[in-house]
Amino acid sequence: MRSLNAGKPKDAISNSNLLFLIAAVIFVLMYGFAILRYPGSFLQFQTFFDLFSLNAPLIIITLGISIVMIGGGIDISVGAVTGLVTMCCAVLLESGTGSVWSAVLLALGIGVAFGLLQGYLISYLEIQPFIITLAGMFLANGLLTTIHKDPLNVTLPAFVSLRDFELVIPWLGTKNRLGNFIPLEIKPGAVIAAALIVILVVVMKWSRFGRNLYAVGGNSQSALMLGINVRRTKFYSYALCGLLSGIAGFVYIMTTGAGNVGNAAGFEMKAIAAAIIGGTMLTGGVGNLFGSPVGALTLLTINELIRAAGVNSNYQAIVSGFLLYVFIVLQSVVVWLRGRGDFRLALPSWLLPGRRTAEDRG
Amino acid sequence: MSTVKTKARGSHLFLPLSVLAILIVINLIKGADYFSMTIINGALYGNVPNILFGASELVILAIGMTLVTASSRGQDISVGVAAAITSAVFVQVLQGAGDITWWTIAASFLASCAAGMLIGAFNGSLVAVFKVQPMVATLILFTAGRSIAFMIDGKLSPVLANDLTSQLGGVIPGVPIQTPIILTVVFIALFAALLKTTNLRLYAESVGINEKAARLNGIDPTRIKFLTYMILGVCSAVAGFIAVTKAGRHDSVNLLKFVEMDAILAVAIGGNALSGGKFSVTGSIIGAYTIEVLSRTLLRLEIGTETIKAFKAVFIIILMVVASPVVREYASKALRRVRAGADDCAVAEADTAASGPDAPAKMEV
Repeated sequence: MRSLNAGKPKDAISNSNLLFLIAAVIFVLMYGFAILRYPGSFLQFQTFFDLFSLNAPLIIITLGISIVMIGGGIDISVGAVTGLVTMCCAVLLESGTGSVWSAVLLALGIGVAFGLLQGYLISYLEIQPFIITLAGMFLANGLLTTIHKDPLNVTLPAFVSLRDFELVIPWLGTKNRLGNFIPLEIKPGAVIAAALIVILVVVMKWSRFGRNLYAVGGNSQSALMLGINVRRTKFYSYALCGLLSGIAGFVYIMTTGAGNVGNAAGFEMKAIAAAIIGGTMLTGGVGNLFGSPVGALTLLTINELIRAAGVNSNYQAIVSGFLLYVFIVLQSVVVWLRGRGDFRLALPSWLLPGRRTAEDRG
Repeated sequence: MSTVKTKARGSHLFLPLSVLAILIVINLIKGADYFSMTIINGALYGNVPNILFGASELVILAIGMTLVTASSRGQDISVGVAAAITSAVFVQVLQGAGDITWWTIAASFLASCAAGMLIGAFNGSLVAVFKVQPMVATLILFTAGRSIAFMIDGKLSPVLANDLTSQLGGVIPGVPIQTPIILTVVFIALFAALLKTTNLRLYAESVGINEKAARLNGIDPTRIKFLTYMILGVCSAVAGFIAVTKAGRHDSVNLLKFVEMDAILAVAIGGNALSGGKFSVTGSIIGAYTIEVLSRTLLRLEIGTETIKAFKAVFIIILMVVASPVVREYASKALRRVRAGADDCAVAEADTAASGPDAPAKMEV
């Protein structure tokens, strides 16, 4: 990020970090409100980690879509590919010939295959990403219903034990109503998601690919003139997004244990919404990967709050839409104000993520 | 240069028309009676009327989408949802009006158009005033819209059970053509008149090509973008009206589901750039009918309903690969090598090929 900041000496904090900061603050405020309103459920560690465990696939998909969005593209096939992966894994595991490891390989293979195909068509043949990934979505959806139409529960013993496996953390837990101490349980999917977040943040921040992608997303013309291989960078971003959809698919079936036509349906729009709330901009070049899980968790907390309030479930969609509206307008206003140059963040200097660079400049 | 220009103008219709021709040939091979029509109860039925009937909502939405794409360089993904909301308004106003006459239907339709304009104003304000990417701005309604439609309905799928609305969705006695086809034709005619009599096309194209230049020339990009979204809102109201009268009941969950994807696809197949600028409404209309023909051809070839989506996807991918700029350049290079003698043609193509490397040079100035 230093190189980005150095270009604009006026700003102490880049757009990516600012939008991430807003998202993080709002998530904390919202969770705080949830704790105040429903202390019985939201104060438990289990509730917080369940949000993580049960929605690990969505978080992983959001990471993938954020990467593509930072590169200035869009991938709306992710949900359908995830669904296809769950069904293929279920069919393979139920056929009696496959082991858990072959299912993992199949999941990754399908994801990467979609990523490579779409990435090639978009970056090397210069076709509009929306149309190609729309076709990818249709393709994955059509293949899914062709392979198997009915819900398929996996009964392979090795897989069932993996599905039921939970990491128990004895020193972090809550007491239930009877006063018995219940240790915290985390699904392995949440661990995978957390590991991916760390790995991808490192990749995007410090690897050549990550920095190239920010440059390409910001302005592909100047990236090209700087000697960056624009096409290859875009191609890699789509391939990575496909791989993440594959992983998300396996995590999904690891959590639910069944292949179903409705698996991961509508995830693409949820993931895009989560990425936007997390501060990634569709125009490309702006975004912090830490923001993606924060955005997803914000969206999920809202839904949990509405569920806890016990009102009509239609309000979930409406409130999600409203939240998205607030964030979009907020982002637009912030970016506009910063563009005019009379915007100052009212934070002490030691809180600003860009502080180090300010000192470096002296 | 003039020859190059005419070539470029014709080429945008070449792709959708050739695809349509291929599909029709496939259909004729499958059965020679493809174009046959029969008269049942005084109305025409057959493959062609069915295609015109089935594609009517898609055509109307594709027209509005073309305009929005041209001016705002992005697509509205909330059109299907907007149609669900406006038709919910239509049904509610109609049922609240008591007895159903042509007048109450017209009044309810106007109410639904007002709702459509409101939706268009919402999306348009986000896109034009707040400068949000169109896809992101319309994602809001895409997320929330069907729930809003459900809340307007108040209960699961209210039914429109009366003669007049079923005539609108089917056949009016004495008229040999199904009513939705007539409504579509009327809508296309009105829209053509709008484009012919006003400067809308010029303004929308100039805003889409270069917003700053348009403003320097006295065109207000904010107002033009806002206007195009309002027009799209009216388009979705009309599409929702047709869809709900066809179905006879308002199903807020399934009404025009996924139509936004088809509408964007129609715009792309019609030879329009999804990145805005010059547009061809004719292309989009042909594109919309092509999509309908494709779906019906796949059904006719007895491909299972669950596999249709996959075939459609493969078809779209092949189509986009053929139409992609890189493949076209390769093709034109190959063509040039074949007829190396034809000098003028080679010069013309060298001109277009050179425009890429030229761009950075312009930036330096």
